[in-house]
Amino acid sequence: MEIFKADVVIVGGGGAGLRAAIAVAETDPSLKIALVSKVYPMRSHTVAAEGGAAGVKKPTDSYEYHFHDTVGGGDWLCEQDVVEYFVRQAPIELTQLEHWGCPWSRTADGHVNVRAFGGMKIERTWFAADKSGFHILHTLFQTSMKYPSIKRFDEHFCVDLLEDEGRCQGVVVIEMGTGEFSMIEARSVIIATGGAGRVFRESTLGGIVTGDGMALAYRHGVALRDMEFVQYHPTCMPVTGLLFTEACRGEGGILVNKDGYRYLQDYGLGPVSDKPKNKYMELGPRDRLSQAFYFEQQKGRTIEHPRLGSVVHLDLRHLGEAYLHERLPLIYEMAETFMGLDPAKDPIPIRPAVHYTMGGIKVDGNCAASLKGLYAIGECASVGIHGANRLGSNSLTELLVFGKVAGVDAARNAKSLAPGKSASLLKQAEATEQRLMALKTKTGGTEKIAVIRKEMAQSMEDGCGIYRMANTMQATCDKLSELRERFKNISIDDKSSVWNTDWLTAVELDYQLDVAQSMAHSAIRRKESRGAHQRLDGFELRDDVNYLKHSEAYYVAGDEPRIAYGDVKITTSQPAERVYGAAGEKADQERKGSHA
Amino acid sequence: MPDSQRIIEIEVLRYNPESDKEPHLEVYKVPFSDDMSVLQGAQYIKDHFDGSLTFRWSCRMAICGSCGMMINGIPKLSCETFLRDYFPNRIRIEAMANFPIEKDLVVDLSGFIEKLESIQPYIIPREPRSLDQGEYIQSPEQFNAYIQFTSCINCTLCYAACPQFGLNPDFIGPAAIALLHRYNMDSRDGAAAERMELVAAEEGVFNCSAVGYCSEVCPKHVDPANAVNINKTNAAKDYFLRFLSPKGGSK
Repeated sequence: MEIFKADVVIVGGGGAGLRAAIAVAETDPSLKIALVSKVYPMRSHTVAAEGGAAGVKKPTDSYEYHFHDTVGGGDWLCEQDVVEYFVRQAPIELTQLEHWGCPWSRTADGHVNVRAFGGMKIERTWFAADKSGFHILHTLFQTSMKYPSIKRFDEHFCVDLLEDEGRCQGVVVIEMGTGEFSMIEARSVIIATGGAGRVFRESTLGGIVTGDGMALAYRHGVALRDMEFVQYHPTCMPVTGLLFTEACRGEGGILVNKDGYRYLQDYGLGPVSDKPKNKYMELGPRDRLSQAFYFEQQKGRTIEHPRLGSVVHLDLRHLGEAYLHERLPLIYEMAETFMGLDPAKDPIPIRPAVHYTMGGIKVDGNCAASLKGLYAIGECASVGIHGANRLGSNSLTELLVFGKVAGVDAARNAKSLAPGKSASLLKQAEATEQRLMALKTKTGGTEKIAVIRKEMAQSMEDGCGIYRMANTMQATCDKLSELRERFKNISIDDKSSVWNTDWLTAVELDYQLDVAQSMAHSAIRRKESRGAHQRLDGFELRDDVNYLKHSEAYYVAGDEPRIAYGDVKITTSQPAERVYGAAGEKADQERKGSHA
Repeated sequence: MPDSQRIIEIEVLRYNPESDKEPHLEVYKVPFSDDMSVLQGAQYIKDHFDGSLTFRWSCRMAICGSCGMMINGIPKLSCETFLRDYFPNRIRIEAMANFPIEKDLVVDLSGFIEKLESIQPYIIPREPRSLDQGEYIQSPEQFNAYIQFTSCINCTLCYAACPQFGLNPDFIGPAAIALLHRYNMDSRDGAAAERMELVAAEEGVFNCSAVGYCSEVCPKHVDPANAVNINKTNAAKDYFLRFLSPKGGSK
C-alpha cells in the first residue's frame, strides 16, 4: 500500500474543504496538505447552491439582528456563542471571497448587492445571480491552485479514519481510477464531506451527497448531533426534487394553492402585502413553509397533477422576463429545460423536498471533534449555528467561516505534535483494505444495491418526513435494521479494479444506512415539536423543560444507535415563542421594549 | 402509467480495460417516461441490468459538469438531454470524443485539469486591498467585461467538440482559454501580461482553426470561441508591439 505523509489531510473538496485547505496553506506554507475528494472538487455539491450567502452588509443591519434571526430560526437549539462568532466573521469572509474574484452581483454603483431571504429581518444575502454556490466553489477551487502546499487527491474515495494513541492520525483512501488503496498520514484530519440528504427519496441533492464523513466519524465513536433535524426545502421540482432557490421568493415570487390563494397567510405568516416583506409570507422560514404545504395537501387545496403528484404554484410571472433573466437565470433555464415551461408566462408547479441536514458530526466552536486531531466543517458537521432549522444562506457562509477556523486550528494542532507511528497505522489501513476487498470479491450475494437504497429512501420519507408519528418512525427504525441485515447479503456485479463504481456505491450505501439510523432513532426519541422536527401524535408543542437539548447519536456495532442528550449553550437569547409575520414583528418590538 | 410502457433502445459504448481489447457496443432496452433524461436511462441500466456500467454524474441539474458524453455523436450533458427526443429511434451514448477512455463512459480528465492549473486561474491583484478596506468596486461595465466567461462548468464538452484538440492534445483548448480570458478581463486582476505569454505560446490560441463548434455545444453559453478569437487578436497586437519596442527600448 502506498503511504503519503501529510501534516493536515482534508476529506472533501467542496466549499468548506477548499476554504480549510487555503487557511492551512496561508497559516503555514511549510505544512503539507492532502485534499481528498471523491469527485473533482468543482463537482462537489456546493456547486448547486443557488440563493446566496448571509453576512451583514447594509448600514441598517446589525450582527445582533443576524444573531436573533439565526437563533430564533433554529428554534433556540443553536449554540449561541458559536452564532455570535459566526455573524461577526460572516462579512469578513464574504469580502475575502470578493477579493479572490467571486463575481458577486453588484449594485449600479459597483458595490456588492444583497437580497432578501427567508427568516432574515434585513436583506443580507450576498449573491452571484442564482449560481452563488457555483461561483463560490469555482472561486475557491481556482484560488486553491495558488498554493503549492495543497496536494490534491482528486477522485479518491475515503474509506476509513486511522486512530492511534487516542488521536486521529490519517485516512485510508481508494484511488477510484485504479482501485488501489493508499494511506495518508496526518496529525490533523478535517472532514468536509457534506450532507446526507440522499438517504431520503425526493431530494434536491446530487448523487454524491451520501453522508460519508458522518458515517466515518460515527463509527469511530464520535457523536452525530441533532440528526433528526432534516430540512425540507419548500420549492422544489416534483419527481426529481431539483431546487428552485429561495431567492425566487426573495425577489418577489409568491406561492399559491389550487384556488390561486396565497395560503401562507393561514399559517401565522401573514398578513399579505403587495411587496415582499422580510419574515412575512413567502419570506418565512423553510420549515414553516414546508409544513404549510403539508396541511394544504391534507385540506385538499393542492393541485393534483397526473404525473407530478400534489403541487402548489410558485408564481414569478409578475417579475417579468428581463428581471428573471438577470436575477434568476439558472431557474429560468431549469424551468424551460426540465419542465418545458416559461416562468415569465407560466406558474411553476413545486413541492417540498429534502434539502439539508442540520445535524452532523458534533464539534466545538473550533470545529474540533471529541476524537483528538479530528475536525469537521460544513454540512457534515454540527458546529451549532443551525439548531432545529437552518435559515437559507447561512450555510454557504458557514463553509467559509468555519472552513477557515478549522484550517487555522488544524495547522496549529499539526505543528504541536510529532508524527505518529506509521507501522501501527499501516496495520489498520491494511485491515480496512482486506475488509473492503472481501466485500468486492465475495460471490453469491442476492440483494441488489438499488433495491436496498430505494427501500431505505422510501422508508425515511414515510417515517421521517415533514410530519412524524411514533408508529411510522418505529416502522422506519425497524426497516433500517432489516436493511442493515440484508446489506450483508449484497451482490456486486463489477469485480474489476478500474473505476469500480458498483463497489463504491455499495460502500456509500453502507454509510447511508448508518446515517439513516442515526436520524430515525434521534427522531423517535424527541417527544416534542421543534423546527424541522414536527410530530402529530400528542407532541405538537415545543417542550423546553425536557428537550431544550441536543440529541447525540452514538454508534453501536451491530445494533441500533444509542441516543444521549447534551446541553444547549444560551448566551443572550432566552427561548421565546417562535413567531413570524405580524406576530413576529410585535414580538420583536416587545423584546426591544424590554431591553430598553 | 402508459408512459412507462414505452421502451427505448440505448446503445452504450462499453470498455473495461481489464477484460476488453477494444470498446464495443451493447444495447439495452430501457422503459422510460417523458421526463427521463439520458442520464436516468444510464442509471436504469446500472440499477437493473448491469451494475458494472460506469459513468460520472452528480447534480442532475447541469451545473456540476460531470455527466458529459457523446449522444448520437454530439457532445452533451446527459442530465439535460431527454430520451423522449430520440424515441422511437435507438440512441447511442459513448465516452466524450478526443479524450482517452478509462472505462465505459469515463474519460481521463487529468490533462484538462493541468491546463486549468497552468493558466493561473486566480486573481493576482492589480492593487492589493486589505479586508478592512472592504470590497473592490466594479462598475457595471467592468463587471460585464468578464462575467460571461465565469459561467464555465468545466464539463469539457468543448474539448470533445474541438477538432484541433483531437489532433493535438497539448492545445490548451477552449475552456481553459475562456477562463484565462475571464481573469484577464477582471478589473481586480493585474496579471494579464503574464497570461498572454501562454496565449501566444505554441500550445496557445493559434492552434484554433476557428470552427466554432466549441461554442455551439457549450451548455452554459460561455462562448469560448469568442474568448479564443479575442485573444488571437490580443496576441497578435502584443507581438507587433513587442516588435516595435524591443526589450530594453523605451516604453
